[in-house]
Amino acid sequence: MISLENVHKAFGSKEILRGVDLNVARGESCVIIGGSGTGKSVTLKCILGLISPDQGTIKVGGEDITATGDRDAFLARFGMLFQGAALFDSLPVWQNVAFRLLRGSLKRPKSEAREIAIEKLRRVGLGPDVADLFPAELSGGMQKRVGLARAIAADPEIIFFDEPTTGLDPIMAGVINELIREIVVEMGATAVTITHDMTSVRAIADKVAMLHRGKIRWFGPVAEMDSADDPYLKQFITGSAEGPIETLR
Amino acid sequence: MTALVTRPLAALGAMVLAALASVGRVAMFALSAFRHIITPPFYGREFLHALMTVGYLSLPVVGLTAIFTGGALALQIYAGGSRFSAEQVVPQIVALGVVRELGPVMVGLMMAARVTSSIAAEIATMKVTEQIDALVTLSTDPMKYLTAPRVFAGLVTVPLLVAVGDTIGVFGGWFVSTQSLGFNPATYLKNTIDFLEASDIISSLVKGAAFGVIATLMGCYFGMNSGRGAQGVGRATKSSVVAAAVLILAANFLLTQAFFST
Repeated sequence: MISLENVHKAFGSKEILRGVDLNVARGESCVIIGGSGTGKSVTLKCILGLISPDQGTIKVGGEDITATGDRDAFLARFGMLFQGAALFDSLPVWQNVAFRLLRGSLKRPKSEAREIAIEKLRRVGLGPDVADLFPAELSGGMQKRVGLARAIAADPEIIFFDEPTTGLDPIMAGVINELIREIVVEMGATAVTITHDMTSVRAIADKVAMLHRGKIRWFGPVAEMDSADDPYLKQFITGSAEGPIETLR
Repeated sequence: MTALVTRPLAALGAMVLAALASVGRVAMFALSAFRHIITPPFYGREFLHALMTVGYLSLPVVGLTAIFTGGALALQIYAGGSRFSAEQVVPQIVALGVVRELGPVMVGLMMAARVTSSIAAEIATMKVTEQIDALVTLSTDPMKYLTAPRVFAGLVTVPLLVAVGDTIGVFGGWFVSTQSLGFNPATYLKNTIDFLEASDIISSLVKGAAFGVIATLMGCYFGMNSGRGAQGVGRATKSSVVAAAVLILAANFLLTQAFFST
């Protein structure tokens, strides 16, 4: 469904991606793990076309993303939950959720868009009373749920989750993890999540890819992650300060 | 020894190149904004919202600055004119000064202070909090959704604000002149109306349109190109206001020369 081949990206003299190769099958939930600054977010942004890679090819559904003529139709296949939810402050919650349904090729009548938004809010555990509030009136956990509702509002084929549990308390993080897993299975969507939260990895992933120094260091099923003998992966999973991954002290 | 000569020259060259590159980037951004204004899809709701924030909500500050400026101008011209027995030209000079220069420039600078800063801070915050990226993933072009409605609103509303500012400024001069300088109200108005020409008013409105575009464009440009974090937002806001104010004053000079140099 999504394949990256030898993808490179540098910002000035700083090389972020140094030849990323990754394949995510249709309906699979792949979690990309790795330390801060290893290029996880850049990888996602390259797939979405928010950043152009310097080298390499990225294909979605067998089609090279640089050859995609209709960008609107291409992006309509995706939903994304941003790290800070990235809700639009000036719009009430329901208009955030139904944003794609109120404009562009997926536009539908306002009342229908609102109904869908309320249904999606219900799906992520929020009542209709939240619909007319503004994002600033919500807690961090509620904002993530609204972001999740927005990501699934147009029933996308592919959903990206950028650090879905960052900044949440462990219970709320667990709730969000469960929701993500349920929704991905229910919708049959292909999911790519980036995180460094190992609880999230175990809850969400079918496959795990570890990104280190701009390359995929380890890739395999989540069930094999704990028994893998890669020292980098082991250090990351155990959160040990000792090991091959350089740490700043 | 050679390095002593070449190093400052190299630094100067780098500065000139950087300045030219900035001018090029702003020009490309402006062209892109205008292309998005005239090509669909159009975001009517965002345009109406921009009309409100750029135009309608700026009315109080424009009115206040115009009335005080018009009043002060009348006092200055009366005091200065009395040195060579020319006190009676107050209505004509107030009208000319306000309509041709002070009205549009004051409104332009108020736009830079009120509108440019607010647009830059809002868009920069949206960038820092990934809302701009979110727009793109939701198949919405940020240039079309954020920049085009604001720049178009600046183009449409600022000439109207200038017209309001000109009227209130002239009224300020009339009020001070009739209340404390002993002018006859009806004669003052007649002198003002008789003296003003169509070209004075047209130049004022054209300046307003140009300043509206500059003020909104600079807010959008610096917001979209903001750096990271709170410091990035602060820097974008400050740079946008400075750039807008300088460009408005420079454009005022060029437009005045184009309209009135013989």
